[in-house]
Amino acid sequence: MRRMRIAVVVAAALALAAAAAAAAPKGKAGPTKLTVWVGWSSATHELKSFKSLVAEYDAKHSEVQVDVVGNINDDKILAAIRGGNAPDVVSSFTPSNVGSFCTSGAWIDLAPYLNKDHINVDIFPKATQYYTQYAGKRCALPLLADTFGLYYNRTLFKKAGLTRPPKTMSELAAYAKKLTQKNADGSLKVVGYTPFSGFYDGAPVKAIRNAQSWAAQFMDAKGHSILGSDPAWAKALKWQKNLIDWYGYSKLVRFQAGLGDEFSASNAFELGKLAMAEDGEWRVAFIQNEHPGLQYGTAPMPVADDHPQLYGSGYINGTIIGIPKGVKHGDQAWALVKYLTTNSHFLAQFSNEIRNVPTTKASLTSPEIKPDPHFATFLKIFGNPKSTTSPITAVGAAYQDLIENFVVKYQAGHAKDLVGGLKNVDKQIDAQLAQAKKGGRVP
Amino acid sequence: MTDRRRARRKAAWRRRRLVLLLMSPWLVGFSVFFGYPLAMSVYLSFTHYDLLSSPRWIGFANYQYLFHTDQQIWPAVSNTLWMIGVAVPLQVLFAFGIALMVSRARSGVGIFRTIFYLPALAPPVAATLGFVYLLNPATGPVNVTLSHLGIQGPLWFQSPQWAKPSLVLLAVWGVGNTMIIFLAAIHDVPRHLYESAELDGAGPWQRLRWVTLPSISPIILFAVVLGVIQGLQYFTQAYVAANVASGQASQAGDLPANLGYPEGSTLFYPILLYQHGFRYFNMGYASAMAMLLLAVSFLVTLVIIVNSRRWVHYAGAAR
Repeated sequence: MRRMRIAVVVAAALALAAAAAAAAPKGKAGPTKLTVWVGWSSATHELKSFKSLVAEYDAKHSEVQVDVVGNINDDKILAAIRGGNAPDVVSSFTPSNVGSFCTSGAWIDLAPYLNKDHINVDIFPKATQYYTQYAGKRCALPLLADTFGLYYNRTLFKKAGLTRPPKTMSELAAYAKKLTQKNADGSLKVVGYTPFSGFYDGAPVKAIRNAQSWAAQFMDAKGHSILGSDPAWAKALKWQKNLIDWYGYSKLVRFQAGLGDEFSASNAFELGKLAMAEDGEWRVAFIQNEHPGLQYGTAPMPVADDHPQLYGSGYINGTIIGIPKGVKHGDQAWALVKYLTTNSHFLAQFSNEIRNVPTTKASLTSPEIKPDPHFATFLKIFGNPKSTTSPITAVGAAYQDLIENFVVKYQAGHAKDLVGGLKNVDKQIDAQLAQAKKGGRVP
Repeated sequence: MTDRRRARRKAAWRRRRLVLLLMSPWLVGFSVFFGYPLAMSVYLSFTHYDLLSSPRWIGFANYQYLFHTDQQIWPAVSNTLWMIGVAVPLQVLFAFGIALMVSRARSGVGIFRTIFYLPALAPPVAATLGFVYLLNPATGPVNVTLSHLGIQGPLWFQSPQWAKPSLVLLAVWGVGNTMIIFLAAIHDVPRHLYESAELDGAGPWQRLRWVTLPSISPIILFAVVLGVIQGLQYFTQAYVAANVASGQASQAGDLPANLGYPEGSTLFYPILLYQHGFRYFNMGYASAMAMLLLAVSFLVTLVIIVNSRRWVHYAGAAR
C-alpha cells in the first residue's frame, strides 16, 4: 500500500513537472541562418573585407545570422543546387554563365522581388544590367563591377624617357619595345607589355577583352558569329602576334613561366618585371596592400589607331549575385541581396576596401567613395558610354573558349591562315549555339 | 516423391537465398553505383540536360554533333591515343625493367624496392605540381641544371610539343605499383624452369625471352589492359598541369578556362568531357561523349584480350 502511495506521488510529481514544462514560455526562436557563397579567395584581403562588411548587416538585423563562405566557383554552386543543399545567396565571377543560370531556373527570377520593392533596374548602369539577365529573365544583380585598364610603372617610364601612357595600339607596341630590357644572354629581363592571351588572365582572356579596344564585333544582329568577316579581329590579332614575334615567342613564354602568381605579392607588374600591364581595377587595392611604394599610374587601355574616339572606354565585367533554386529563406535572402546590391553605403565601403567599381549609379558618385587617382581612372572607364562587355549567350563561356583556342595557336605561329581560322571559329560557335537551341529552352 | 522434390527445392532456394544475401553488398553497390548511372548516362545522351532543369529528349542530336560538328573531339581523341600509345608501353617496359633489376640485386633489395615504389604513393595532384615546378622552363631545377651545361632546356609543359612527353615522364616516374606486381610475378617463376633451360644451354637473354616472359605474360596483359583503361580515363595530371603551367592564375571563384594548355596539346578526351559537363553545363552531350568512351574502352579491351590468346601463357591452362 505504501509502495502504491509512493508510486502515485511520483507519478503526480512527474505529471506536474511535465505540465509546468509545457506551460513555460517557449525560448525565443534564434535568428534565421543565412549562408552566402562568394568566389573571393581566403588567400586575399577581399574575402576578409566582404565578411567584415556583411557583419555590419548582421549586427543591424537581429532576425538573421549571416555566414559567408569563400572560395566558391560555379561548379560548387551547381552541385549544391542539384543536391538540394544550396545556400541562401550565391555569387559568381562568371557572368557569361548567366545564360545557363537564368534559363535553367538554377538562379530564381528576381523580378517579383524587384517589383514588390519597387526597384527599377535602371539604378544600375546599362552594361551591368546586360550581364545580369538573359533573354529578359533577371536572375542576378551586379555586386561591384570590374573594368580593365592599363597599369604603367612610372619609374620605368621615367628611365625610358616616357612621360605619358600610350593612347593607341601603335604607341603601346612602340612603348613596349622601348621599355623592354634584356639580360646579357638575350633572355628577357623586363617586358614592356605582354599581349599574350591567356597569361595573367582569368576568364575572359585578353583576346576577348581587347576586342573592345579594336571595335571588333562578336556577333551580328541575328546572333551569328562574325569574327571572320569583321576585319577588326584580324587587325587585332596581327598586332598582338607582331609584338609577340618581336620578343620571340619562346623567349616570352620562358620569361612568363618564371613570373610569380598573378594574385600574390609576386605579381610581375608589382615587382617591376612588367612595365605595363592590362589589369582590372582591383590591382589598385592589391598594390596598396602588397607594394604601397610602387610608383605607377593607371590609364584607359590604348585603342586601335583608326578608332581614337574609343579612348577612355574599356571592357566591363563583374561579380553577379542571386538566389538559388530551392532557397529555404527566400525573403530574408532577398533582403540581403537587396542590401548588397542597392545600398550605397555598403557598395561604397566595399568598393573602398577591394577597389572594385560600385554598381549603382548613386553609389558611383557617393561621397563615401575614397578619392584615389589610380582608381578614379576605372570609375571613368565604367561611366564611359562606349565601354562594353562580351555577349551573354546560351552556351555560357563556351564560345569564348573556342576563340581563345584559336588565338593561342595563332599567337604561337601554329595557325597560318588568320581569316580562314577565324571563319572556322565562327562556324564552330554557330554550331554550338544551334546545338544549345535544340534543348528547346533557348530563345 | 513430390514431398521430396519440394524439400529439395526448398533447400535449393535456401541456398540461393544465402548466396544472394552474401552477394548483396556487391549487388547493391553494382546497381547503385554502376548500373543506375550507366542506364541514366545512356538516357541522358539522347537529351539536352543542363544539370538543373529536367532533361529534354533531342534524339540523336548529341551524337550528330559529336561525330559531324564538334571539331575538338578528334584532337582530344588523338591526344588520348598518343598518350596510350606512348605512355603504356613505356610504363610496362620500365615497370618490368625495374622489377627485373631489383629481383637480380644481390643486396639492398628492400631499399631499391622502396625507392622505386615510393613515387606511386605521391597523390597525383601533388606529383603533378612537383613536376610542373621541376620542369618550369625558366626557374625549374631541370632547365637550370641544363643551362649550366650550356643547353637550353625545352619549354616542357609550356610547349605543345613537350607537354605530352612531360606527362609521360610523370607517368613513368610513378610505375611503382606495376613494378611491385611484376616483381612478385618474376619471383613466382618456377626455379626449375630456369634450371632446365640452363641445362639446355640457354643464355640470360634466352632465359628471359623463353622462360621469364611467357611465365609472367598474364601480368603483362594485366598491366597493358589496366594502362590502356587508365589512359582512356587520363584526367587529373593533365588538368592540374594545364592549370598550373599556363600561369593563368585565377581566383578561387574562377573556373579553369585553360584546359588543354598549351594549344590544346593536353586536351584529352576525359578533359573535354568534363569541360562540356561541368564548365558548359551540357551534361546531355557529355553523356554522349561518355557513351563513345565506354564503347571504345570495351572494344580496345576486347581486341587486346582476344589478341592476347596468342602470347599469354597461363601455367594452369590445358593448352
